[in-house]
Amino acid sequence: MRGYLGVDVGSVSTNIVLMDENENVMETLYIRTQGQPITAVQRGLEYIRDRVPAGMEIGGIGTTGSGRHLSGIIVGADSVKNEITAHAVAASKLVPGVQTVLEIGGQDSKIIILRNGVVTDFAMNTVCAAGTGSFLDQQAARLGIPIEDFGEIALKSGTPVRIAGRCSVFAESDMIHKQQMGHNLPDILAGLCEALVRNYLNNVGKGKEILEPVAFQGGVAANVGIKRAFEKALGFEITVPPHFNVMGAVGAAMLAREATRKTGRTRFKGFAITQEKFRAASFECGDCPNLCEVIEISGQDRILARWNDKCGKWSNAEVSGFRRKKIENLA
Amino acid sequence: MKVTFPHMGSMYICLKALLQYLDIDVVVPPMPSKRTLTLGTQHSPEFACLPLKINMGNFIEAYEQGADTIIMAGGVGPCRFGYYAQVQREILHDLGYNMQMIILEPPQKHISELIVKIRQITGERSWLDIIRAIRFAWYKARAVDEVERIIHRVRPRELEPGRADEVFKKALGWIDGAENKKQLDDAVKKAKCSLVRIPVDNSRNPVRIGIVGEIYVMLEPFANLEIERHLGRLGVEVERSIYLSEWINDHLFMGLLRIKGSKAAREYAPPYVNHFVGGHGQETIGSTVLFARERYDGVIQVQPFTCMPEIVAESILPTVSRDYGIPTFCLIVDEHSGDAGVLTRLEAFVDLLQRKKETVAEGAEKKGVLQCADI
Repeated sequence: MRGYLGVDVGSVSTNIVLMDENENVMETLYIRTQGQPITAVQRGLEYIRDRVPAGMEIGGIGTTGSGRHLSGIIVGADSVKNEITAHAVAASKLVPGVQTVLEIGGQDSKIIILRNGVVTDFAMNTVCAAGTGSFLDQQAARLGIPIEDFGEIALKSGTPVRIAGRCSVFAESDMIHKQQMGHNLPDILAGLCEALVRNYLNNVGKGKEILEPVAFQGGVAANVGIKRAFEKALGFEITVPPHFNVMGAVGAAMLAREATRKTGRTRFKGFAITQEKFRAASFECGDCPNLCEVIEISGQDRILARWNDKCGKWSNAEVSGFRRKKIENLA
Repeated sequence: MKVTFPHMGSMYICLKALLQYLDIDVVVPPMPSKRTLTLGTQHSPEFACLPLKINMGNFIEAYEQGADTIIMAGGVGPCRFGYYAQVQREILHDLGYNMQMIILEPPQKHISELIVKIRQITGERSWLDIIRAIRFAWYKARAVDEVERIIHRVRPRELEPGRADEVFKKALGWIDGAENKKQLDDAVKKAKCSLVRIPVDNSRNPVRIGIVGEIYVMLEPFANLEIERHLGRLGVEVERSIYLSEWINDHLFMGLLRIKGSKAAREYAPPYVNHFVGGHGQETIGSTVLFARERYDGVIQVQPFTCMPEIVAESILPTVSRDYGIPTFCLIVDEHSGDAGVLTRLEAFVDLLQRKKETVAEGAEKKGVLQCADI
């Protein structure tokens, strides 16, 4: 029996799922990235390794999220795909006939429009992160409530207060103002949910045709307050799919399965990588005034990959002994 | 007199050829880099668009290398660009840089208006020499475009990514170094031979994307975050709505030569845009229609942040997209643009097109008409 792994390294969380041949999700893991993507992936895979059923071999692994290239190099990924594609693939499998995907993660939010199972349109927040998970986290901490209870408390509200949601800094000062006017906590939290939803629909969802069925996923989908605010604004029910918080990883695993079906074998380096030492370093290339900060990933004294150069001199370079010497001279 | 000019893609090759043909000292500013942008941003109004800032950086860097005269394009119409030369002259003056600015306004009535301006630079050279110089510069523009068109084809098909770009860089050097028509022809021949030798996989059927939008951002790779190279790397065949030589013909020769130009693009703009809206707004819409008719898989519009004509076009694109069923994507750049976010979106857009292409190929479109919208 074959299993497929999906790894989603995001700004806030690193998610890993194990899926069987029939695309049933068997194990999921949601941990905080804490700014250390390599360690997070290694720790996560270690956890999953102990839960792979006997007799199952890994048939493929895919990565996604903002850390997809880095983690792809480390695990030996069969597919390295952006999070928009990954989320769309997962949603169309888990929510049959889905036409709209609302995704709110730690620092980004996106909307994906699907028609007949194909992505026809998408948008991502561009200039502002107001209304994403990090902001909710921060406000929950400020109000002294656990983020897990945020939604439940918001549901108790009778008359949500109106909060300016355009900018997270102004939203915060507006919230403080409302608190000092004497509004109660549930009304403020519900107001915040509505403000964030308004902001999302006006910015990310601007001009998009939001049709049912709608899937709501990403870490923020755990917040029932936000879900209800969406339903109130859209006027119909929305679905929070199972595994909503690891959908990117689910999609990555599906894409890995698809990729290995074409090639017939996996590039997965095995669970031994959890014990290996990887090093990410950067150096400034001084060959032109762009002064690119080239990132270099190495493991076991071997350079695995380089990127982040404008001209492609380093990322194109065959990682050979000759080139390595050149870098040493440069340093 | 040491003459310099702003960069716009490979335009420096033509301008340098033109001026050197007339024995005028030329200072080509260093290719735009982070330093150029930092200098330019520091000395430009914050709300001006990216081209002004990169121009400013070019001028300052050229001044450091001894330039004392600037040739700058002017312009008329709703786009702010026509005013940039004046603004830049004032800024340079305030900075204490003693530079003369010669502004080439697009000829309103007759090409002679342009010749008069060139006279200011060329002094007592004979008309014949000047015409010969312009012709030589024109040949160079054509040569660059010819090679670039082949590069666009090779990039998505090459077996070792990066080879085409290596050759392109060298080829630009050969074309730039050619001193007469004969050497220029040889340079193009040499470039073509090198390109033919790049191992390619011709069985690939790449996604085809047309690039439309504001001319400067379209032609200057530094400004558009090298979108063509990135797309090539993602396996996309790119076509641009306008090439340098076409722009020169349209704007400096008043469309005298009978080659494809923006006129065709404008003709296809109605009923979406029925009249001039400044800059290349009308061409952006017209070119999108043309790309859709030529069955391209998608269109990417590039524009500098706060570009009025392109904002007009951007708001009309969704209608074109729906009518023709061609997905569109808009990339807005300024000095704060980050590579990572842009790449994620480009990747997602290419995925979208690829999956759509595969689905259509499988005949799945029978189940229902695919709908497309803007992005």
